[in-house]
Amino acid sequence: MGMTSPLTLTEKILAKKAGKDEVRAGEIVSAKVDVAMSHENARMVKKSFEKIGVEKVWDPDRIVIIFDHRVPAESERTALGQKELREFVKAQGIKNFYDINVGVCHQVLVEEGFSRPGILLVGTDSHTTTGGALGAFATGIGATEMAAVWATGELWLCVPETLKIVVNGKLPKGVYAKDIVLKVIGTIGADGADYKAMEYSGEAISGLSVASRMVISNLSMEAGAKVAFVVPDKVTEDYVKDRAKGPYEMLASDPDARYASEHTFDVSDLEPQLACPHQVDNVKGISEVAGKKIDQAVIGSCTNGRLEDLREAARVLKGRKVDPGVRLLVVPASWKIFKEALSEGIIETLVDTGAVLVNAGCGPCLGAHQGCLAPGEVAVTSTNRNFQGRMGSAEAFLYLASPATVAASAIEGKIADPRRYLEA
Amino acid sequence: MELIKGRAWIFPDDVNTDVIYPGRYMSITDAEETPKYLFETVYPDFRSKAKPGDIIVAGKYFGCGSSREQAATAIRYFGIACVVAYSFARIFYRNAINLGLPIAVVPGIREHVEEGDEITVDLAQGKLKNLTTGKGLSFEPLPRFILDLINQGGLIPATRKKLGLG
Ligand code: SF4
Repeated sequence: MGMTSPLTLTEKILAKKAGKDEVRAGEIVSAKVDVAMSHENARMVKKSFEKIGVEKVWDPDRIVIIFDHRVPAESERTALGQKELREFVKAQGIKNFYDINVGVCHQVLVEEGFSRPGILLVGTDSHTTTGGALGAFATGIGATEMAAVWATGELWLCVPETLKIVVNGKLPKGVYAKDIVLKVIGTIGADGADYKAMEYSGEAISGLSVASRMVISNLSMEAGAKVAFVVPDKVTEDYVKDRAKGPYEMLASDPDARYASEHTFDVSDLEPQLACPHQVDNVKGISEVAGKKIDQAVIGSCTNGRLEDLREAARVLKGRKVDPGVRLLVVPASWKIFKEALSEGIIETLVDTGAVLVNAGCGPCLGAHQGCLAPGEVAVTSTNRNFQGRMGSAEAFLYLASPATVAASAIEGKIADPRRYLEA
Repeated sequence: MELIKGRAWIFPDDVNTDVIYPGRYMSITDAEETPKYLFETVYPDFRSKAKPGDIIVAGKYFGCGSSREQAATAIRYFGIACVVAYSFARIFYRNAINLGLPIAVVPGIREHVEEGDEITVDLAQGKLKNLTTGKGLSFEPLPRFILDLINQGGLIPATRKKLGLG
């Protein structure tokens, strides 16, 4: 084999999965899938799968099904869908099935070792990009194409170009991964990374925990990203080495790889950020938004429902009370996190302030069954979408922020800066 | 692929999937039923005025927002012959192709077409002609692989063929 020219991480993974020496941005490849995830929408996949007409899925061990969107079932229709799927996974021999007591799909994929460096992971959910936090080529696909994956194990993909995002500086107190990624989306816009891969690096990123990196990869989808990598390093390897369900490979872009463009940020002076109604790229600093009265505060979701999020919220809230005009909802991203938070005393702290605990899952994030808003109400939430109607009424207003900002706002009954609650 | 010919309906930039297919009908999974709700909230008369064989002409980032497949399904099963836009959001673009809905990426298209104009689109050659004004323009044709998928009627028939099922 001759010398190949420098490649991006995306090009390296997709070349391997397509069985080629090298592929280039813009090329269309047929790639072999390592992990194929669906949630309750597996029901739609199943319908298309039946239209294709094969009896058995290509490899039951590579399919993962996780109930999270409406758990426990909020209606008879959902209950029926879940029942059908429980029968389907049994009939197909799909062992990686997680029922209503496990957690949000994107969290479970990471926690259970399905997301790993260098693999191709697809899911019928747009925030499947979360797996990029561990260096997986992880992306959301439609139900029809998932049906084809179930049948053949392969998927056509257009190799995306890559945006390089370098984040320098040291995060100030009270400012988190959520604030970084909101800043990035506010800068590049909601279609700033459409069709593209994003690759995050820089000292502010390498200093982040896996949980925080997941925030970055999760929310980057809101800039249109097909995949959002945090370049795998020692933090990644320490996290995956004992839990990986299958082989992985620590890959990175070559030093001279070609990027579509490069954006550099410095977060040393960054203040807490919020995405204001009704667009994720309508991002403002806390100093511009503070004081806005709220009705509901939500801490949870695949974006920010992890242990460090609950811990930080508890630090802000400890010994204080939620404003009587506010409903604070806390939704751990998984049962594992819930149990850890329970044994650390975090749950008790939060509940003592007046918070309502919701079953681990999507909860209020998608406005389907819990914590819906009435017309005219305002919520500040640690989730990832603030579109009209996302959390109930189309006439409600959603502000996205870090769990600490949500907690501070719950105390004051209005959007508030968390930094004053975090004095040593 | 044969020449696509139809009447144009003009849409703006950033038409999101909620506008195309409202979230409250997401639990409907029957493809034939989806066109009943196409553009319901924002363009309620579209369904009575437009006809199968018509063409949607839009600005940038058509199909952005949630990944719901029903947005592309509703357009396809309504019988829209082609969607021509400056650009598409990634998941919509994939869903359209996988459902066999012809699409064309033609930057600047809205400056050449007005509502009601008769246009033709040649996907394989990358040629668009406005029969009402007589003007033509070229665009980058979609890759061969994608044209083949659309021609076969989308991913389900293509997968059946690949697996030797018909
Ligand atoms: S928590 Fe929200 S964004 Fe995450 S998977 Fe569930 S509904 Fe989607």
